[in-house]
Amino acid sequence: MHSESGKHHRPQAKGLSRFAGVLILLAGILLAAGLCAASPPTDNPVPSILAPQSTPADAIYHLSYFVVAITAVIFLVVFILLTYVVMKFRARAAGAEREPAQVYGSTQIELAWTVIPILIVVVLFLATARVIHAIQDAPKPTAAVEVTAVGHQFWWEFRYPALGIVTANELHVPVSDPADPTPTFLKLLSADTDHSFWVPQLAGKTDLIPNRINEMWMDPHRTGIYLGQCAQYCGTQHAKMLLRVSVDSPEVFAAWVFAQKQPANQDETQIAGRRVFERTACMNCHAVGGTAATGRFGPDLTHLMSRRTIASGAAENTREKLRLWIQDPDAIKPGSLMPAMKLSDADLDALVRYLETLQ
Amino acid sequence: MSSDVMAIQTAEVAGRPWVETLHEWVTTVDHKRLGILYILYALVFLVIGGLEATIIRIQLMRPHNDFVSPQVFNRMFTMHGTTMIFFVAMPIMFGFANYLVPLMIGARDMAFPRLNAFSFWLTALGGFLLYFSFVGGSGLYGAGNAPDVGWWAYAPLTSRAFSPGHSADYWTIALLVSGFGSIGTSINIIATILCMRCPGMKLSRMPLLAWLNLVMSAMVLIAITPLSAAQLMLLVDRYLGGHFFDTQAGGSAAIWMHFFWIFGHPEVYILIIPCFAFVSEIIPVFSRKPIFGYPVMVGATVCIAFVSLSVWAHHMYTIGMNSYANSFFTITTMAVGVPTGIKIFNWLGTMWGGKIQFKTPMMFCIGFLFQFLIAGLTGIMMSAAPLDWQLGGSYFVVAHFHYVIVGGILFALFAAFYYWFPKMTGRMLNESLGKLHFWLFLIGFHLTFDVMHIPGILGMPRRIYTYEPGRGWDTWNLIITAGAFIQGIATLLFVANLVFSYFKGPRAGNDPWDAWTLEWSVSSPPRSYNFASIPTVASRRPLWDRKHPEDPDSRYE
Amino acid sequence: MTAITTPIAQPPGAWNLPYRGKVGMACLIIAESAIFTIFVVAYLFYVGKSLTGPTPRDVLETPLFYTICLLSSSLTIHFASRFLERDKRGAFLGLWFLTIVLGGLFLFGTAQEWHRLIYEHGLTISTNLFGTTYYSLVGLHGFHVTAGLVMLSIVLLFGLAGRVGPEHSARVEVLSLYWHFVDVVWVVVFTVVYVVAR
Repeated sequence: MHSESGKHHRPQAKGLSRFAGVLILLAGILLAAGLCAASPPTDNPVPSILAPQSTPADAIYHLSYFVVAITAVIFLVVFILLTYVVMKFRARAAGAEREPAQVYGSTQIELAWTVIPILIVVVLFLATARVIHAIQDAPKPTAAVEVTAVGHQFWWEFRYPALGIVTANELHVPVSDPADPTPTFLKLLSADTDHSFWVPQLAGKTDLIPNRINEMWMDPHRTGIYLGQCAQYCGTQHAKMLLRVSVDSPEVFAAWVFAQKQPANQDETQIAGRRVFERTACMNCHAVGGTAATGRFGPDLTHLMSRRTIASGAAENTREKLRLWIQDPDAIKPGSLMPAMKLSDADLDALVRYLETLQ
Repeated sequence: MSSDVMAIQTAEVAGRPWVETLHEWVTTVDHKRLGILYILYALVFLVIGGLEATIIRIQLMRPHNDFVSPQVFNRMFTMHGTTMIFFVAMPIMFGFANYLVPLMIGARDMAFPRLNAFSFWLTALGGFLLYFSFVGGSGLYGAGNAPDVGWWAYAPLTSRAFSPGHSADYWTIALLVSGFGSIGTSINIIATILCMRCPGMKLSRMPLLAWLNLVMSAMVLIAITPLSAAQLMLLVDRYLGGHFFDTQAGGSAAIWMHFFWIFGHPEVYILIIPCFAFVSEIIPVFSRKPIFGYPVMVGATVCIAFVSLSVWAHHMYTIGMNSYANSFFTITTMAVGVPTGIKIFNWLGTMWGGKIQFKTPMMFCIGFLFQFLIAGLTGIMMSAAPLDWQLGGSYFVVAHFHYVIVGGILFALFAAFYYWFPKMTGRMLNESLGKLHFWLFLIGFHLTFDVMHIPGILGMPRRIYTYEPGRGWDTWNLIITAGAFIQGIATLLFVANLVFSYFKGPRAGNDPWDAWTLEWSVSSPPRSYNFASIPTVASRRPLWDRKHPEDPDSRYE
Repeated sequence: MTAITTPIAQPPGAWNLPYRGKVGMACLIIAESAIFTIFVVAYLFYVGKSLTGPTPRDVLETPLFYTICLLSSSLTIHFASRFLERDKRGAFLGLWFLTIVLGGLFLFGTAQEWHRLIYEHGLTISTNLFGTTYYSLVGLHGFHVTAGLVMLSIVLLFGLAGRVGPEHSARVEVLSLYWHFVDVVWVVVFTVVYVVAR
């Protein structure tokens, strides 16, 4: 066996190798647990459509009550009929030779069970059409926050054109007071294949399709973190194109906007790391505001450290994970489009320290 | 008499070299043999598709599982869907239609026997091509891979830019080829039904199975072809530099969706209508009554065929169509539920006042009724566009369509197997094993697909190779996987029953179920020429007339 | 249960069902119409959406002569069929041959047009959306004309060898049905490409 520094190891004694094996097993378990606990905590861990916190999701939730009630009634009626028929009309031993009365049909009955479903459909449709119109044709108030979301393989780009902000993967929106609404209206675009923006508690999903501009809106009623993810298969890492929406109070949102508007932190002590960033191919894909890096293929890193996760939610934004992501993206998100940068340890450490200054 | 027939046939066959038998089967143009070839072909792919599903379910058993890589997982769900739709469901429907239609209408064979054989072998080639991709489809990931673009192959994921290599081409060409096979068989079925019915069998006297296969075949002609057209366009894009779906050149990703779903939605009716046919033949026999409301059953099916052509964009509610388009497709989708739903009432009406025999075919039909009802109701839920904005693209819709396909279509197919296996082989399937198969499969099915609705409601999208822990999805996924294994075992039991009963099952005789349509008037299995002399019929149930000459149906129709 | 039929007290009236060849061809025509419809829809959808390159107005010239050739070939094949029914084999063969010539002229005209479009105007299938949809639609139709001509030629060869007679007129009729379909498709394609969407 050779270690990386080229030294030979003599075969270990039995007890020592067993101890090493246990250590490795423990490390593996911890690693697995660490990978499992990738998502930072949130007060809304379950993205259930039955826990709406925004008007579109709410409207859908109330419509679903109505629809489910009707379908439940239909189910009960037919199920009871089926059970009754199966029990009442089973063939009995006595009288098995004689065939039952041969009935070919009944116009009245068939008419009845055609007309009633048609009426049900009309009622269902009218209720539904109202909700479709209410959600899709809602007017945009002047106080609305405008966000342009661009779907990429496999991350989310968020631009706030009116505020001059560009960020990635974690969306911040202000909470909306019904008395004085400040909803967020999103324009949805795609840079490559089809994606879909789905945060169940805030709205139904809307697709991001290349060469097409889609629109959706949300007006969250309660602050907190809401989870979602891409809901249209877009390639290998569709599963890890996660969404975190941070619904902030007006003050917190304003503070966040202010911080995001600042150019990148120019910490002179980390110039070595910054040189690595600019010298290797990082700036071809990534942008850091106020520097020469203006790449658009990957997420904007100007305020990287303001985000709780990296790789669109695939890992927590910690030093170890950041280092691992740059060194070997396939370890976190196999098939993502970030190439392994093959940096030396020294360069990697310097780069990570530089990135950590991008608050 | 049937045992004499069997003895003669066995004597003829004994001592023949197996190569000769193989040659006979490979070159056959007999509709019965082609029907059996289709069915066997589909059964093989059912097992393969089931394996793919099992791999998917093991991977999803717990969050962040690493049973397979994301690349392999994405190929698994693509191949599972493509296989099940195109190389299990379609062929098996054509197989049953091929076998039964000429017998039920009093004909000796299909209208175009050689086209029949050609269509089968085209379909077979398609399946072979699709699976050859595992070794042949070179791409970025190394030697050989299967398509991984989902069974809808949305653009621009299938463009050269996002799907390098040939995996997407294997999907395209395999389905193009088998699509032509489907069109050929449909032409055959229509021509057979319209041109080869025995004397007296007016269209209004045809068995419902013939009617429903006529409607299904007509739908194939105008539903499969849009997919073929779209696939030709995709090939133009990938090989001739075309821009049909090239969004960089001003092309539209949505137009692929429209073309695909104009095929895709009628396709699911194409798959279920033959199942309505099976159920419409089996329920009357085991209730001992004629089908309730034959004319309306036909009319409702024709209605479904037409309306189903207008609902396709309910698969596209989330792509950003305007509120008027979404409302239009909502109403048409709800409308198509009406003729579909009232059929359930007709079947119940058939059972009402009958003397129900709970043999295995009937048990599967009752399971079908219950499950098709639920599947239809979850469909109504998602027909409402706003509900689909939440539930579409999630495990709720996966649960819904598996409820239709497994709970509806597969249950009806099992019923058809138990019902017509005696006719095709001359032996009965084991009844106890059949009941065990039924109950085991029922339990596994409900464990998997009832529970599967829940992760969808809790926000779990489809087509993901793994998911985050702590979102409330973990335990449900584990239960779903457990149910999948139970269904797998039940299916293996069924296959064992097929094999065992073929060799050792009790002899069936011409008419083991005391049924009323023409196929039960000939030996089991039928001679190669079907009928010694072409029958003449005077009602919808010619054998009822023969068995009850004092009270024939012809008096009441 | 024996397989003999019970005599039914019903006079065996004429039991005439349609000719299966015709039904089969009608089904094929329906299926093909669906394919063409999708290509026409794609063509219409992309009208005016090309980002670059020549537009239809810039480069298309109405192929009036070759259209007349193709449409008259429907007449010739129709009469050829009639003559065969009446066992006028000479007239049948002559008109059949004329049909092939007219169809061949149409294909030649298409080839000429494509040559002009490619070499004079630089319009290929990969140039822009117009190029893609135009060549696909017209090409698909041309492919069907070619397939038809192959089948017509086979019949011509058999006819010249003296092996086609009035007993084959039903089958010949089925083939001419296909040919009429190809013509109707051209009427639609012509209207869409050269009249409506120019």
